[in-house]
Amino acid sequence: MAELRDLYQQVILEHNRNPRHHGRPARHNHHAQGHNPLCGDHITIYVQVEDGVLRDVGFEGSGCAISTASASLMTGAVVGKTIAEAERLFHDFHAMVVDPAAPADTAKLGKLAAFAGVRGFPARVKCANLAWHTLRAALTTEGERVTTE
Amino acid sequence: MTSAARAGRAAPARLAFDVERVRADFPLLAQTVANGRPLVYLDNAATTQKPRQVIDAISRFYAEDNANIHRGVYDLCERATRLYEGARIRAARFLNAADAREIVFVRGTTEGVNLVAQSFCRPRLGRGDEVVVSAIEHHSNIVPWQLICEERGAVLRVIPMNERGELVLDDLEALLSARTRILAVTHVSNALGTVNPVKEIVARAHARGVPVLVDGAQATSHLRVDVQDLGCDFYTVSGHKVFGPTGIGVLYGRLEHLEAMPPYQGGGDMIRSVSFSGTTFAAPPARFEAGTPNIAGAVGLAAALDYVGALDWDAAMMHEAELLAHATRALSAVRGLRVIGTAAEKVGVISFVLDGAHAHDIGTIVDQDGIAVRTGHHCAQPVMEFFGIPATARASFALYNTHAEVDALATAVARVREVLG
Repeated sequence: MAELRDLYQQVILEHNRNPRHHGRPARHNHHAQGHNPLCGDHITIYVQVEDGVLRDVGFEGSGCAISTASASLMTGAVVGKTIAEAERLFHDFHAMVVDPAAPADTAKLGKLAAFAGVRGFPARVKCANLAWHTLRAALTTEGERVTTE
Repeated sequence: MTSAARAGRAAPARLAFDVERVRADFPLLAQTVANGRPLVYLDNAATTQKPRQVIDAISRFYAEDNANIHRGVYDLCERATRLYEGARIRAARFLNAADAREIVFVRGTTEGVNLVAQSFCRPRLGRGDEVVVSAIEHHSNIVPWQLICEERGAVLRVIPMNERGELVLDDLEALLSARTRILAVTHVSNALGTVNPVKEIVARAHARGVPVLVDGAQATSHLRVDVQDLGCDFYTVSGHKVFGPTGIGVLYGRLEHLEAMPPYQGGGDMIRSVSFSGTTFAAPPARFEAGTPNIAGAVGLAAALDYVGALDWDAAMMHEAELLAHATRALSAVRGLRVIGTAAEKVGVISFVLDGAHAHDIGTIVDQDGIAVRTGHHCAQPVMEFFGIPATARASFALYNTHAEVDALATAVARVREVLG
């Protein structure tokens, strides 16, 4: 059985206690709401995109430690990236948390590699992915509401 | 008042209840989980475990008695039919229905509610008519009514709840009008454990000419149910919540209602005769059991009801009341923990929140100690909204749980904030 400390890495716990980029940025031209109907968690992601670059990203809402830390670390990771770069990060992150067979190349994920332990807790994958799905919805269609189901 | 007394019996003197002997009947409970710890199963409001007697009855049915029912003249068919109809009689006795024809086999409580919504309520629901539910309902006793209200232009009205998680019935009569077509209320709340005063609600609704459906999903493993005493028009239960198999449940309906209701689904076994110029339908309960039913499920359910019937129920319920009291004390002692749902009349369920820890994290962390609790909104989002919380962790008990398991839960919950740092 997977160990708790694999899931609750120090960096995750720290971002849960002190989430970064929490709140609605003054300027934003994309946003989307995400919902995990299993646990009732709601999140809203706001993005300011300029010339194909994510200039500012913020989130509102509350959830479990995994979803809060994921939103916090994700916003930090994608600020300043192009939409295409953010999309690649999403794919790498997704592969890391869902694919038990292939230990993803976590080096390029930086701090996001802290979520590798989520693989051992299938019930929590949706918690880790909620912010990412919501970001994607914000970038593709304005104001869409996504759910993990 | 204790559960036993509430169930209409004098509170007995303290009785010995041999929980270990009962546990030995439930093979699943004996396992250790992945990290070598014994399983502590505290999600009984979601589903209960099955005693060997139930598992064997289902297995024996398939090994020895399986045939389709009501359709053959051969001996095996008659044997299967006898078992199925015997299960109906057993269920009627369990709910104290006056007549086994008042027992319709369904997939579970959800289907029971849908059947009544579609066959009993929908034909008599007009624009501006009203359906009354309560603020404490499971989604399955909200959504079927919303669907027909939306279709018919009818209005859903809601009995309010107080901060203890009890229904506020002071103004019940104000919610019941000449346009109220049905009142649907749960006997026991799955999210909070509240026991609603169903008998009183039925009497007051009937005084206004309003029929009542009672959602009994959570009641049957904790209370003795007597539909004649309650006086309700419909009562519906799930087999798997009373130690029986999944996919089988019972809808009790007063015969006069069932006889007047159109079919719910069309198919075989629910007709009297079929021709292309018209079909006449069978009498209840067959009218509501289209197609080959869950025969093995009914056999398993009968075995579960036999099992429950053979227990010293008062002693079992005394044991459960003590477990709940012990768990309430032990969990309330955890720093930052708040119990959600503190009704004076409650059974079997403790929902709680913990400062600085989301329910999902609580669930994952206690799972490491082999403890299975439910986390989330428990299919009762309006209840969560009322308390202003997204989710709770919920421990729900059955008669096979022990004080040691409650202690293990309290210890594990106390450790949650430590893990989250």
